[in-house]
Amino acid sequence: MNNFSYIQVNSAKEATGYRQATPQAAYIAGGTTLLDLMKGNLEEHPQLVDINLLPFKGIEQTSDGLRIGAMERMSDVGEHPLVLQQYPAVSESLLLAASPQLRNMASIGGNMMQRTRCGYFRDAAFPCNKRVPGSGCPAQEGNNHNLAILGTSEACIATSYPGDLAVALAALDAVMTLENAKGKQRRVPVTEFYVLPGKTPQRETVLEPGELIVAVTIPAAAHARRSTYLKVRERSSYAYALASAAVGLDVQNGTIRSARVALGGVGTKPWRSPEAEKVLTGAPATEATFRAPRPRPCVGPSHATTTASK
Amino acid sequence: MTDHSTPDPAALPNGPNHDGRRSFIKQATGFLGLALAPPLISQAERLTAISKKVEGVTEMRLKVNGAVRTIQAEPRVTLLDALRERLDLTGSKKGCDHGQCGACTVLVDGRRVNSCLTLAVMAQGKEITTVEGLANGEELHPLQQAFIDHDGFQCGYCTPGQIMSGVACLKEGHAKTDGDIREWMSGNLCRCGAYPNIVAAIRQVEKSGFKS
Ligand SMILES: Cc1cc2nc3c(=O)[nH]c(=O)nc-3n(C[C@H](O)[C@H](O)[C@H](O)COP(=O)(O)OP(=O)(O)OC[C@H]3O[C@@H](n4cnc5c(N)ncnc54)[C@H](O)[C@@H]3O)c2cc1C
Ligand code: SF4
Ligand code: FES
Ligand code: FES
Repeated sequence: MNNFSYIQVNSAKEATGYRQATPQAAYIAGGTTLLDLMKGNLEEHPQLVDINLLPFKGIEQTSDGLRIGAMERMSDVGEHPLVLQQYPAVSESLLLAASPQLRNMASIGGNMMQRTRCGYFRDAAFPCNKRVPGSGCPAQEGNNHNLAILGTSEACIATSYPGDLAVALAALDAVMTLENAKGKQRRVPVTEFYVLPGKTPQRETVLEPGELIVAVTIPAAAHARRSTYLKVRERSSYAYALASAAVGLDVQNGTIRSARVALGGVGTKPWRSPEAEKVLTGAPATEATFRAPRPRPCVGPSHATTTASK
Repeated sequence: MTDHSTPDPAALPNGPNHDGRRSFIKQATGFLGLALAPPLISQAERLTAISKKVEGVTEMRLKVNGAVRTIQAEPRVTLLDALRERLDLTGSKKGCDHGQCGACTVLVDGRRVNSCLTLAVMAQGKEITTVEGLANGEELHPLQQAFIDHDGFQCGYCTPGQIMSGVACLKEGHAKTDGDIREWMSGNLCRCGAYPNIVAAIRQVEKSGFKS
């Protein structure tokens, strides 16, 4: 890990000010992604700006839904009564992630910014377009069984966001609040926060340099109250998803009134499936509906199509 | 060099590393003087109330197992390395150094964390508990005793982390069933496969009604 200076700040203005002064500096919250990467010399930062004292705290009911501060910890959010009752998929996505120790450390903002588990990205000895733009993508021909199927490009086929929370948030139409150096806030839906790799896999989100994640707000909805997160792993706990699904259904008198479906582990970003939602909406809530084979349930601008058309 | 400083917001668009630095430190010192005024508050507590910048080797104060200890270290030193290499508290183990095995588990303000992914500089002002701080003199913590009673280890390398994690697991109320114990202890790996005995040890303490 390279040497760095450390600054603890009390306000967003100070935080963004330090990032402007030293563009290569990084914010540190729980440190569970950042220090992991810095130890492997996969990221180097001359300065770490500790944002843990920023007032981005609280889990509270607002007119837009449940607002969760970016500095809240995964464990506290996952076990919060309002999250458990109104957004079970979110609670499950948090409590099935990482380990109790990591969840005590990891912040919601940091979680949204975690990086891919692609083995080539995580080994500085290999080229990788995401880590060193233009250096190549050994995963295309190499060990890629855990990488993405949907939304891939010639440049990168990694599941850029390998985690769980953002999948549940994408399904439930959550909106992020971001704040820039001028103190100006903007709101971005989680489904638009992550971007496809295209020719620039190093760019993973719409977050501008130095911009802060302030909070995430999840609208109240009947399908959110009846939601769940299914995670399939190589072992029964403490592992990343091979594939996962966040599903919310509003069922009245046996009919699905509204449906939300997002997939994890299979797309280059948390993958909302409007196709699956369309098929479910208005259908009877029966096993036959859920099991029926669907033609092309998920369509994405996949790399496979590009290659095939060459 | 260290400066414990509160940046003047007006100086900020260009950040703290421009020519206003000297006056900046002066102001900050003035502010520190004020902040230092109330007696009875620990140094670390005062410092967490204001911005601080730490660079190079500096003095850090860590409150470990009830005693405040001082080390000289760079900001990149992890809490695990500070404990093991500087404070001679080698109970906490380094298995993976990447948050994957739990051998380095300690309590920070009563919560279990991986000390390998915690910076020592960020642990200042907090209560750190390591396996060395569990026993009460010669009297073992009930979970330490239970690990002996149930043969909760073979080589023992993962054991301090297992015990610290188990203490927290019990306190959190996540040890009500064997299934719960397995799930909520999954952040601690054991190459020797002592898992059934570890579960039995935690179950024994849970059944005894012990409250941390
Ligand atoms: C062994 C292991 C297993 C894991 N398993 C899982 C899993 O199964 N599922 C899962 O979902 N996750 C998993 N994770 C990832 C974990 O959830 C993330 O590391 C964690 O959520 C990151 O949060 P943090 O606060 O520690 O972030 P940090 O490491 O502090 O920060 C991460 C990045 O986000 C930036 N950042 C942090 N906060 C903000 C903010 N408010 N605004 C702007 N930028 C910010 C930082 O600058 C940094 O670049 C695992 C991690 C490890 C080490
Ligand atoms: S798949 Fe993406 S992250 Fe993995 S080696 Fe290729 S470019 Fe890098
Ligand atoms: S040494 Fe910290 S988790 Fe392995
Ligand atoms: S006792 Fe050997 S690793 Fe657990």
